[in-house]
Amino acid sequence: MSSIVATIKKAYVSRQFKRRNRSIIGDLSLTVLLGLFGLFSVWPLIFIINNAFKPLNEIFIFPPKLFVMSPTLTNFQDLFIVIGNSWVPMTRYIFNTVFITAIGTLGSVIIGSMAAFPLAKYVFPGSKTMSKLIVYSLMFNGTVTALPNYIIMSKLHMIDTYWALLLPSIGGTLGLFLMMNFMVQVPDALIEAAKIDGAKELTIFWRIMMPLSRSAWITLIILSFQSLWGTTGGGVIFTEKLKPVSYALSQIVNAGIARTGVASAVTLIMLVVPVVVFIISQSNVISTMATSGIKE
Amino acid sequence: MLTNQTITRRKSRRSFSKIWKEHGAKYLLIMPFAILFIVFTVIPVLASMIISFTSFNMLEAPSFVGFRNYINLIVNDDVFLIAVKNTLFFALITGPISYLMCFVFSWLINELTPKVRAIMTLVFYAPSISGNAYLIWKLIFSSDMYGYANSWLLRLGFITEPILFFDKKEYVFPILILVQLWLSLGVSFLAFVAGLQNVDKTLYEAGSIDGIKNRWQELWYITLPSMRPQLLFGAVMQITASFSVSQLSIELAGFPSVEYSGHTILTHLHDYGFIRYEMGYASAIATILFFTMLFTNIIVQKALRRVGA
Repeated sequence: MSSIVATIKKAYVSRQFKRRNRSIIGDLSLTVLLGLFGLFSVWPLIFIINNAFKPLNEIFIFPPKLFVMSPTLTNFQDLFIVIGNSWVPMTRYIFNTVFITAIGTLGSVIIGSMAAFPLAKYVFPGSKTMSKLIVYSLMFNGTVTALPNYIIMSKLHMIDTYWALLLPSIGGTLGLFLMMNFMVQVPDALIEAAKIDGAKELTIFWRIMMPLSRSAWITLIILSFQSLWGTTGGGVIFTEKLKPVSYALSQIVNAGIARTGVASAVTLIMLVVPVVVFIISQSNVISTMATSGIKE
Repeated sequence: MLTNQTITRRKSRRSFSKIWKEHGAKYLLIMPFAILFIVFTVIPVLASMIISFTSFNMLEAPSFVGFRNYINLIVNDDVFLIAVKNTLFFALITGPISYLMCFVFSWLINELTPKVRAIMTLVFYAPSISGNAYLIWKLIFSSDMYGYANSWLLRLGFITEPILFFDKKEYVFPILILVQLWLSLGVSFLAFVAGLQNVDKTLYEAGSIDGIKNRWQELWYITLPSMRPQLLFGAVMQITASFSVSQLSIELAGFPSVEYSGHTILTHLHDYGFIRYEMGYASAIATILFFTMLFTNIIVQKALRRVGA
């Protein structure tokens, strides 16, 4: 009995302790602030969800309503009809996206972690320079190198192939940077112990680093997935058969006002996939991001 | 440490075979990435700088023109100057504000229970991964009565006829800023959420004993210094993003936008590079943008390192 009282007391004290530097007015106003901005953030997404289930007469109703009154799946059925009529079968577009996303993501994880391990854990000629270059490369993005990239890819005969999307994505530095920072905090003692047992770099990489940096490569998978999922292949893929699904869907969206309902169904589908993937992997992503900082 | 490095460096000059024997496996591991990095990042950056001194249309061989592209850009191209003004203005507003938003929201979220925190993280992060969902803003700010914004303003009596949001210079820019801010809680936001969770809790207890009175002092003396690496990383991400707005402007405001009100350095680059195929001129634009981004980042990094130091 007394132990229960003690526990309750302890819990109360610790709770009070946790709240020591908090005022009620502060708590209240900050919660309101958070709520308002949270609403601002999800409000357009609520639009999208509602529009996707609106029948055509509700979409063009005046004054426009945010919430759907009589939800219907017509827009999704229409989408399937449009898809069924397309010249290149929809399954082909879907295959392209799945293929590009799967290979690109796999490539990023393998090649990224292979490079991250030695850069994070060893000092050797060139390692410092390489790490610095990677940090600097975060300070600008692909848009400034798009032109020479196009020229290089056309010289390598990669334009209009999957490679034009895959290789630049695999060579991206953000994932590698996060991976590197995550691996730095894996205790050196583990590597030393393995070395004493006679393990070479490759063994240490495969048997120790990879299992221990699981949440880092899950994060890398997510980031790579997010960037490849939305790609339209614009500018580098011209053959209709090789275009990804988001291109096909954007064509449907652009088909004009008659397709407004279908367009909102498309937007919802494109939105739901990355969000669901993020929900599943959130805890892993957060624990990787904890080590994401730029060290001094 | 320093002497150690000098020794390695001397060794490296002495014999490559020795280095290979000692570090070969590491180089092999890095090799695939290094090749991609060199081909798709290092060479393009250098190539862009070299091409910027030429006249090049992709069909004929480039011919050297010295600084002519740069001089033309600055002296003769009025649209470029508008683009520069817009880009800097845009970056100056969205960069700091989005950075603050990332931090403030992650800081507020941090006080919540883990379940609520996970939901709120998703709420703020979702727009940045929602693909082309930002096109919904086109519907919200649609020029006719069916646009949500117009419909509400009409009903509330603020206006008597619909505003042509994307046809009026003074509306285009604020709308672009609004949408960019909506999209901007991305990787840096996640980094901050994570960084805050990893601040050593005992520091707060110690601080409380040492006389820290409220949450603001706690923030300034304990939280911010504890997560400086994440703050530096987040700054890089937000700055880079705030300078590279083009897709958003083209999709929402059209191209070219009304009186170039949504024209940025990147849309200018897009115009000369992918529409007119004036690669030399476009490369000069890219080079200017490259150095602008890099220098802003380096300066901000230097400044942030002083926080609480």
